[in-house]
Amino acid sequence: MKFNWFKKIVKDYPKFWETYLSYFDGNQSKPNRYVVFDCETTGLDYKSDRILSIGAVAIQNNQIIVGDFMEVFLQQDVFKAESVPIHGILREGKEEKIVEAEAVIRFLDFIKDATLVGHHVDFDIEMINQALNRLDVGKLENQAMDTDVMYQKLKYLPQEQHSSLDELCDIYKIKKSDRHTASGDAFITALLFLKLKKKLEI
Amino acid sequence: MKNPIAERITDFLKHYPPFSSLTYQSLLDIAKSCHVIYLEKNQTLFKINDATHDFFYVVASGAVGLSVTSDADDVLIDKCDEGDILGLRPFFAKNNYLMTAKAREESIVYAIPIETFKPFVAANSEVLSFLLESFASNTRNPYDKNHKGKLISENVIYNDQSAEIQYYQPIKYTANPITATPTDIVKFVAQTMSSSKIGSMIIHENRKPIGIVTDKDLRSKIATGLYSIDVTIDKIMTSPVITVADNLSIAEAQIIMLKNNVSHLCVTKDGSTDSEITGIITEHDIVVAQANNPGVLLKQSKRAQKSSDLKEVRDKLTDLIQHSLDKNVPINHIGSIVGEINLAITKRAIELAIEKIGTPPPAQFAWMNIGSQGRKEQLLLTDQDNAIVFEDVPEDKYDAVKQYFLTLAEKVTKTLNKVGYEYCPAEMMASNPLWCKSLTDWQNQFKGWITAPGEKGILMCTIFFDYDFVYGNESLVDAITKTVYEETHDNQLFYAYLGADALKNPPPLGFFRQFLVESDGEHKDTFDLKGRALMPLIDAARIISLSKGIKNTSNTISRYAKLAELEPQNAPVYEACADAFAELLKFRTEEGLKNESDGRYLNLSELSKLDKVKLKNDFQPINDIQEVIKNRFQLTYFT
Repeated sequence: MKFNWFKKIVKDYPKFWETYLSYFDGNQSKPNRYVVFDCETTGLDYKSDRILSIGAVAIQNNQIIVGDFMEVFLQQDVFKAESVPIHGILREGKEEKIVEAEAVIRFLDFIKDATLVGHHVDFDIEMINQALNRLDVGKLENQAMDTDVMYQKLKYLPQEQHSSLDELCDIYKIKKSDRHTASGDAFITALLFLKLKKKLEI
Repeated sequence: MKNPIAERITDFLKHYPPFSSLTYQSLLDIAKSCHVIYLEKNQTLFKINDATHDFFYVVASGAVGLSVTSDADDVLIDKCDEGDILGLRPFFAKNNYLMTAKAREESIVYAIPIETFKPFVAANSEVLSFLLESFASNTRNPYDKNHKGKLISENVIYNDQSAEIQYYQPIKYTANPITATPTDIVKFVAQTMSSSKIGSMIIHENRKPIGIVTDKDLRSKIATGLYSIDVTIDKIMTSPVITVADNLSIAEAQIIMLKNNVSHLCVTKDGSTDSEITGIITEHDIVVAQANNPGVLLKQSKRAQKSSDLKEVRDKLTDLIQHSLDKNVPINHIGSIVGEINLAITKRAIELAIEKIGTPPPAQFAWMNIGSQGRKEQLLLTDQDNAIVFEDVPEDKYDAVKQYFLTLAEKVTKTLNKVGYEYCPAEMMASNPLWCKSLTDWQNQFKGWITAPGEKGILMCTIFFDYDFVYGNESLVDAITKTVYEETHDNQLFYAYLGADALKNPPPLGFFRQFLVESDGEHKDTFDLKGRALMPLIDAARIISLSKGIKNTSNTISRYAKLAELEPQNAPVYEACADAFAELLKFRTEEGLKNESDGRYLNLSELSKLDKVKLKNDFQPINDIQEVIKNRFQLTYFT
């Protein structure tokens, strides 16, 4: 926290970032809210690829709060035709698209200080952090949990053995409809998270 | 903002009622407000007695079991699969859950907030009616006029049955009769017979019967001079003697006598001439035994002058029950005979009490039997359940009138207690000021139970809805019946409560068809015949016949018979229930007679294998009738 405070005086951050950081001030009572999220991207290289959409849904008291939800589609400055078949997001799709800055600001506003949850969440966090970097602010402060890591722990798997969301959906009998949309994957991951969380007795 | 997760839930919900009758947009709004819950196998969603949640639930995948706890066992009542709704209780009742909802496999359920859903219920009549139908059926057949002649028809049946009962009655005979040996002299034998005032004497050798001398032998062989009076008795005895075993009914004894053209039968240990003499049956015994028939018992109770006279009648009745059971007389026949005699005893007890008080009742009144006595299903001597209703009187006279009837009830219940009917431990007796009141008070009482059926009210309903007019002015009881009919007619909430109550005792078999026995307490490892087998059938008969508007029938078997008549499509189930009930009642009565208990708890280890199979077969109808109730009143949702 001291570090943040230090940053604050050194640099004059935009309002949204100040607000975001303010969620982490004060007493460190563990927040009860988790946000499961997923980003659809143009590819897997966080340096050159870009976020196409973000879907996120909140979990509180082991319940997915359907109304506590966000989804944004981003204007595509980087367009990679080859990844369209995977995510199905067209450059000129019917979704209302917003610029990356606004998407990220909305995302921060949504997650607040929640624990972030995702499948291979490090990649999604890095994608967000890259976008934050382009806005000239710091990185995400939230704690994060990875459903793949949770599965590894549950099954005592070695760290290098990764499982895909598809594999885990099969194992835990989660219907894979709407797979490869950000909000669909977020929901599926949320279900997976609830199951793993219960099994790990977290 | 678009919410694809809500859309996905909407797409799911729209396939299932009552959601299918809502617009897509409404459903989407509902979906947005719902929570998604993951349940591990065996995880509990809510428990019996938990305060109701702010949500009701729809199973999205997996299966959730609804169960009740019965003596520490979870007994599964229903299983909710994909699309099934559960936990609707908070919609209608503010109190706690009546069942436990537990995942039977991994499940995902959607929790829909009641507050969000309520406006849609109010605005959409189809949704409303679905929910209401979930609680109660609104089908009802018109009141059956044929049933008015109940008393007459019952008396007709009663006469038929009394003949049958009489036929099977036990015969009382002389045990350890006076006997003689073959070498005894006729003169001395005749002197003994004369001084003992007996008409016959069995002649024995080593306690085994070899012949018999009767008045007839003395008349035809001595008095005619054929033999002198100082010959040995073996010269004039009739031999061989007809022997029988001791478990004979009047009818059988009569037939054997007729067949052999004799007037005496010798009872021996195993019924053959080769075993020890234990008694003698004479024609006179048969005459006496016939005088011991239900009709005579009725007369005897009418003539009784004190409680001990009534007790004598009741004791004879117990013999009659035992013997009728031994002879496989249908239990419902026995039941109605016993009911009639119980009734006669109670009537006489009331008359005697009025005589004792010395002043006539200050107002018209009716004495009612309630609970199992009201249903005429009490074969064993169990406790008293009764009530008094008296006509409305001016307010200034009310207290005095009530006091008179309380005094009356006090005396009657005391007499009945002396006869052998225990006092009701819960004070469900006319001597309790609560259950001795004016017609209007009673009507209000019933209205209260019906319109605000809390758990306690339902308990009262199950006792007081089985009432039977015993004595006094029957129109007062009819007036109560009319109120009950009006108040219960189309009262869906009431049926929902009563239905839920009727399902609280599920069929008593475990998953592997093993008996569910009591797991602790005084009756550990015994089978609760009343709670687990009889009550579910009684409760089911009550609710269905109430919902059908069947009046003046409180006996369970009669109720099922009536229902089978009104609903031919369900007749097999109703008939099976009546049969099962009869058999179970028989089990209970036999157990009670054997152990001089109320027969409620069966010791399974003492049952034969065949009896166990019989018992188990009687449980299937419980299952079937509960299905009928569940479907008719759609009670899965009332949890």
